[in-house]
Amino acid sequence: MKSESTNTNGVKIGLECHAQLITKSKLFCPCSTDYHNSEPNTHVCATCLGLPGALPVVNERAIRYGIKVALALNCEVQPQIIFYRKNYYYPDLPRGFQITQYDFPIALNGLVQIESASGGDGGRERGIRIRIRRVHMEEDPGRLVYKGTIDTAKYSLVDYNRSGIPLVEIVTEPDLRSPKEVRIFLGELRSILGYLSVFDGDLEGAMRVDANISVGGGERAEVKNISSYKDVERALSFEITRQKNLVRRGLKVTLETRHYDEVRGITLSMRTKEFEHDYRYFPEPDLVPIRISDMVSEIKGEIPELPDEKKRRFVSQYSIAREHANTLTYDINIADFYEEVASKMDAGLSAVWVADVLKGELNYRGISMREASKRVSADDFVAMLRYFKKGVITERGATEIIREMLDHGGKPDEIIKRKGLASIGSAEIEKAVLEVIKENENAVEDYRTGKKEALHFLVGQVMRKTRGRANPKDVSKWIEEKI
Amino acid sequence: MKLDNLTAIDVVEGIKSGNISCEELVCEIYERIERSKLNCFITLNKANALEKAIEVDRRKNEEDYRRKKLLGVPIAIKDSISTRGLQTTCASKILEGYIPPYDAAVIEALKCEGAIIIGKTNMDEFCMGTTTETSFYGPTRNPHDLSRVPGGSSGGSAAAISACETVLALGSDTGGSIRCPASFCGVVGLKPTYGFVSRYGLIAYANSLEQIGPMASNVTDTALLLEVISAKDERDSMEVKIKNNAAMNYCASSLKWDEDANIDIDIDIDKEVKGMKIGVPKEFIEGVSPAVKKSVWNAVHKFEDSGAIVEEISMRGLNLKYALASYYIIAISEASSNLARFDGLRYGLRLGKDENWHTTFSKIRGEGFGEEVKRRIILGTYALSAGYYGKYYLKALKVRTLIKNEFEDAFKKQDMLAMPTMPFVAFELGERIKDPLSLYLADVNTVPINLAGVPSISIPCGFSNGLPIGLQLVGKHFEENEILKAGFVFETLSG
Repeated sequence: MKSESTNTNGVKIGLECHAQLITKSKLFCPCSTDYHNSEPNTHVCATCLGLPGALPVVNERAIRYGIKVALALNCEVQPQIIFYRKNYYYPDLPRGFQITQYDFPIALNGLVQIESASGGDGGRERGIRIRIRRVHMEEDPGRLVYKGTIDTAKYSLVDYNRSGIPLVEIVTEPDLRSPKEVRIFLGELRSILGYLSVFDGDLEGAMRVDANISVGGGERAEVKNISSYKDVERALSFEITRQKNLVRRGLKVTLETRHYDEVRGITLSMRTKEFEHDYRYFPEPDLVPIRISDMVSEIKGEIPELPDEKKRRFVSQYSIAREHANTLTYDINIADFYEEVASKMDAGLSAVWVADVLKGELNYRGISMREASKRVSADDFVAMLRYFKKGVITERGATEIIREMLDHGGKPDEIIKRKGLASIGSAEIEKAVLEVIKENENAVEDYRTGKKEALHFLVGQVMRKTRGRANPKDVSKWIEEKI
Repeated sequence: MKLDNLTAIDVVEGIKSGNISCEELVCEIYERIERSKLNCFITLNKANALEKAIEVDRRKNEEDYRRKKLLGVPIAIKDSISTRGLQTTCASKILEGYIPPYDAAVIEALKCEGAIIIGKTNMDEFCMGTTTETSFYGPTRNPHDLSRVPGGSSGGSAAAISACETVLALGSDTGGSIRCPASFCGVVGLKPTYGFVSRYGLIAYANSLEQIGPMASNVTDTALLLEVISAKDERDSMEVKIKNNAAMNYCASSLKWDEDANIDIDIDIDKEVKGMKIGVPKEFIEGVSPAVKKSVWNAVHKFEDSGAIVEEISMRGLNLKYALASYYIIAISEASSNLARFDGLRYGLRLGKDENWHTTFSKIRGEGFGEEVKRRIILGTYALSAGYYGKYYLKALKVRTLIKNEFEDAFKKQDMLAMPTMPFVAFELGERIKDPLSLYLADVNTVPINLAGVPSISIPCGFSNGLPIGLQLVGKHFEENEILKAGFVFETLSG
């Protein structure tokens, strides 16, 4: 009998993911989209400020990006698209309506395959199919800015730089079963969008998610404003617990919209269904329907090898572990970097050093591979690995070089010299070992009386003395010999 | 200088030949405006206009100046059209103090051709009216009788031309807003084919119906102005699409310019009118006042006497009652969405101390919009709301298609249609404003033309008790030139 207490039991989650597309200009006007490091309200014009009389003109490239996304998500691209007005009031929405899509979106009925959170157990297959309901285009609203926090600010400011940035909205069926699955799905989605060169996940607010959640067949609640990828699991776990607690107490979950408070990590009721917005959708009368069927075959040709395919190829072509392949293919820039390194070096060794070490250092610094590649080239990485393989540097030395290159740049040979990282000869090791044995009589005694852990301590001491320039395995042999 | 009967073509030629000083002309116009009791203008552009006029006088002999089609011609702009650096209010309190940072496409074109912008003319608030009485800045009066309305919504533009407070004017026409005041004030006004003139910079009332159009004292000036404002503009997607789809080679007018940049009118009156097929749809003439009916028939007979083939026809499928209903549903629905942006946050009206956004913005809208505007926002919001969309908006769009078909059928046999512009002459100020429905009914002959998207011109064709009557000529899609030619013929025949 299966455990009743598993997290996934009866939980259904559907997502609406909004991803910013990295076109040069906005969706309906010629303003630049490169606003992330700019002063507020400097990337604006009559159209994206909604000034009276200004008209929208569709950015064809954005539509092509949208189609590309739809194709990569295995959707049926529709022959014709129509933009609609979604009418609602909010200060960040300069026209009092958002231009979005309603009937006649870009695409319907897609599919994304993800790996199960539980790795195959818990009744879920290892590969889970998440159905995509639809993909459509819309414009981003502006952004409210508070001096201080939302509670303490005396007034709010509006920045319209973001107003009109093209978004692709991806709506899933309620096929996700746990917060962890959602995180995996979003990871996969970000990965795919990155592969298509239409999305930059490093930009702040590049992907925002609304989630519809229900437990045990009850009513669903929509949680809005999950703006950070990292918050998704926390927000959804809170909401699931909230709903389960209601059910446990015999109360009903109400159909409502809830807001995620990222500071407190909780969801709060925004409005119940009877106060739901009536968006009064109608076709945008300033834009014409666009036939997109002619574009599809050309765009199909632009779709690169996608993460899933690449993963399988890496495993078979390079004979590397599936876990390594996962890590290496998540970000297209890492995958490309790895392939370049592997073309000049042992593929297995390269996989370990890119997937485990380099990726770990990137995560620690919170920087992307694209950012890092400005300092670390594949050739430098290969050079570093060659030194390691030849025994010129130790594992620790190699790691040190990676860190140094990421933080300050520079070439491996130069760093080895500057930081004195070259491995030391046996005479120096022997000298250090003898010194350590002399200085740590107690530990030596412990080892002799059978406490094998004492050896680790002694090796550590030698490593310290040699500033990591010795191979720990060699050191441990030396110690055993000398004691 | 004699301003009466001064045409745009006279002005251009007079300035180029040195017979007219642009500065003097502009000064005289402002003197007239300042003496006027009509209230044609909301905002004047005096300092800037005078500066431009002096520049025209100084540079008139430079080659690129000699080629400007509207060199030094004074023009009044309806306040629904965005003018850079010049207050644009749409006759609403909510836009008081709004100075646009950009020019509408038509304003760019006018400036490029050397026209001098005199000021912004009065209108019904957000174009919502038939009398220019809903303006926050007070009503405009009819130059032919100060106790009467000038028509609307482009009432200020029509009255200004009629009273020689400008030479040319721009109006905008959603359901008759150019033709109605042209008819009531005895001037010429043309509503172009939907998509003929860029709407970029026209403050939207009902996007799918409206067009900016030329107004003038005569047909030739109207053609000239249309020629200038109909330049292709990529910023209006509807215009681009419609012009691209138009199979014919459209041209705005029969005006030609010779090597010295002088205008040459390429119309042979006898040849034009002979065999011209004019249909008079009885549905559009049955219900009008006897004086209007008589005057319009007289006009039609003038064409007939010169060789046109006139036929009274019936557009049976076109139920005018449904046309009006369809028009108002579409217009108010689009308007309710278009006007949502006016919240005082980014521009326009601000009231004392700000409270939270919702309260502040509700107060601003409450105080900033007039009664008629509020009525239409509420009706439009209702018509678009969940459960009613199909019943109202979608149905109205279907009716529009039927009306379009009805016009296409009529045009299979006729070259153009002739009918009264308005069912009656200008009425008294205050006479109908309290009864919105009776006012809506006044649009009965103009509204179907906007629904069909075809071009139409209103030309003075007589008087009743000293008040002008307008003849409306309706053409096929993109056949502006045909109705302009017919209008020119009529003007010539009328002497």
